[in-house]
Amino acid sequence: MRRLLLLSVALAVAAPLRADSDLPQSPWANRQLPDPRKEAAAEALMEQIRCLVCQGQSIADSNADLAGEMRALVRQRVAAGEPPEKIRGWLIDRYGAWISFRPPVEPLTWPLWAAPLLLLAGGAWLARRRLARRR
Amino acid sequence: MRRAIFFVPLGLLLLFLGAVGWRLANPPDTRIVSHLVGRPLPVFMLPAALPGRDGVSARADGPRLVNFFASWCVPCIGEAPLLGRLKDEGVAIDGIAVRDRPEDIARFLARYGDPYRAIGADGDSRAQMLLGSSGVPETYVVDRRGIIRLHHVGPVEAADLTELRSALAAAR
Repeated sequence: MRRLLLLSVALAVAAPLRADSDLPQSPWANRQLPDPRKEAAAEALMEQIRCLVCQGQSIADSNADLAGEMRALVRQRVAAGEPPEKIRGWLIDRYGAWISFRPPVEPLTWPLWAAPLLLLAGGAWLARRRLARRR
Repeated sequence: MRRAIFFVPLGLLLLFLGAVGWRLANPPDTRIVSHLVGRPLPVFMLPAALPGRDGVSARADGPRLVNFFASWCVPCIGEAPLLGRLKDEGVAIDGIAVRDRPEDIARFLARYGDPYRAIGADGDSRAQMLLGSSGVPETYVVDRRGIIRLHHVGPVEAADLTELRSALAAAR
């Protein structure tokens, strides 16, 4: 028990070893815009932009430094009046469509968009056969 | 014929296992290469990260390497001697210090070598985003007209020198 206590104290005191900068993030990384409508627009975009560090998370969810700076970028540009889709376009231009969680409609992604319709049609066909047989 | 349908789930399972096995054997490449390769360097102007040094800008002035690094970046220590070797070969290397403090940068360069012609400060990662970079260290080969020719993600290793040298030669 004493050893466990000592160990937890030691762990709590030890400066966490991180491969990250210790500079503070930009102010707008974690502060909301004063205009609620603009903040809502910025947040909607942040939830659809992939974090480049933790690649499964959106920048809205990620704690990575870079994600914070990306949030600051989105907020500042939205505050300056830039439409969110233009900001998304700016990011896609640099990092590819992969950075947006909303895939663009293009020949490569047609199967993706068509899949729900095809599955629904297939399901309806199966269900109809079933129901017809019951009667 | 009717029987055959019972084997469909088994077939689907095998397909699924095959896909999983294939992905495990061929893990996806998680490096994010900038889509600006082949396009001109975006316009930027970074202030000097250290007093008495030059800052870094997009000005086209001969072939060069643009290297994102940081004093808090461990792999950057590994690539430092290789960048030093390229510098000794006459390659112009512009450093961009990401989210860093002047005193930390000075200590890092004093300890691991200073291959940089100029060092710009990117305190808020804006230059990284502008160039489509996602971490440190990353290295861009920029040709004499200011076109990005190569984006190397991760530390420069001995095996990468050939590729960098030939990209630099083509950038003249």
